[in-house]
Amino acid sequence: MNRSDRILTVLTVIAALGILGAIVMALWVAPDAVGLTRDNTFAQRIIYFHVPSAWLSMLAFGVTMIASIIYLITSKRKWDSLALSSAELGLIFTLAAMASGSIWARPAWNTWWTWDPRLTTYTIMFLLFVAYFMLRSAMEDPARRARFAAVYGIFAFLSVPITFMSIRWWRTIHPVLIDPKEGFGLSPSMMSAFFFSLGAFTLLYVVLLWHRVRLEGSREQLEVLKEQLDR
Amino acid sequence: MNYMIGAYLVIWFATFAFVFSISHRQTNLRKELAALQEVVIEQQGPQ
Repeated sequence: MNRSDRILTVLTVIAALGILGAIVMALWVAPDAVGLTRDNTFAQRIIYFHVPSAWLSMLAFGVTMIASIIYLITSKRKWDSLALSSAELGLIFTLAAMASGSIWARPAWNTWWTWDPRLTTYTIMFLLFVAYFMLRSAMEDPARRARFAAVYGIFAFLSVPITFMSIRWWRTIHPVLIDPKEGFGLSPSMMSAFFFSLGAFTLLYVVLLWHRVRLEGSREQLEVLKEQLDR
Repeated sequence: MNYMIGAYLVIWFATFAFVFSISHRQTNLRKELAALQEVVIEQQGPQ
């Protein structure tokens, strides 16, 4: 086992423990929200995992955008691998955030889904990154695929700041957790559970991304071997 | 309470599905890589 394997193993264990800690904080340590119905009191605890999932989706697409820019500058394949891996994780966490948000909305808004600006822009962001994978799968030549995907990845990222700001720019029923005027919408004891969960999820993202990038490295190694055989 | 459990299950299902998918793809790649490496070594052997 080399040094990077050891670091990854340690980080994986820490991330798993962090997630267990986040579950304990979210379900047992964080206090009940005041003035809500019984269903809503339980549903409110969804935010400890829903918001970190949404944060990770945006972070992942941000990493895709940065890696895409670096790929266009350097043409090194490792940046394309990073962009692809991060976009895949972004899609997973987008789905998790959409589904958990929809489940929260049922008791809170009395509906599973509504075309609120945040939900609409988030759906558009999701579809733009689904198209990122469709674009990639439509191209055979690796260099051309990487170049087109990089340009498209940068373009698709434009939906992320719009999604983030949608609840501040337009009239919406979606809660605003961080408001520059009203401050943070959680009590101090809720905030500790929230930030613990945010940290644990971010570490989980780093670990999953690292594993995914290594997988991509193995796939590239395989392609090189196949090329050698074809000669 | 059902909504909370449902939401947590959905998030963990998505995460574990991804972890399982990485692990499955890694196993397949390792097998394919080992087989190809053998073929490459065999081809390069007599040279």
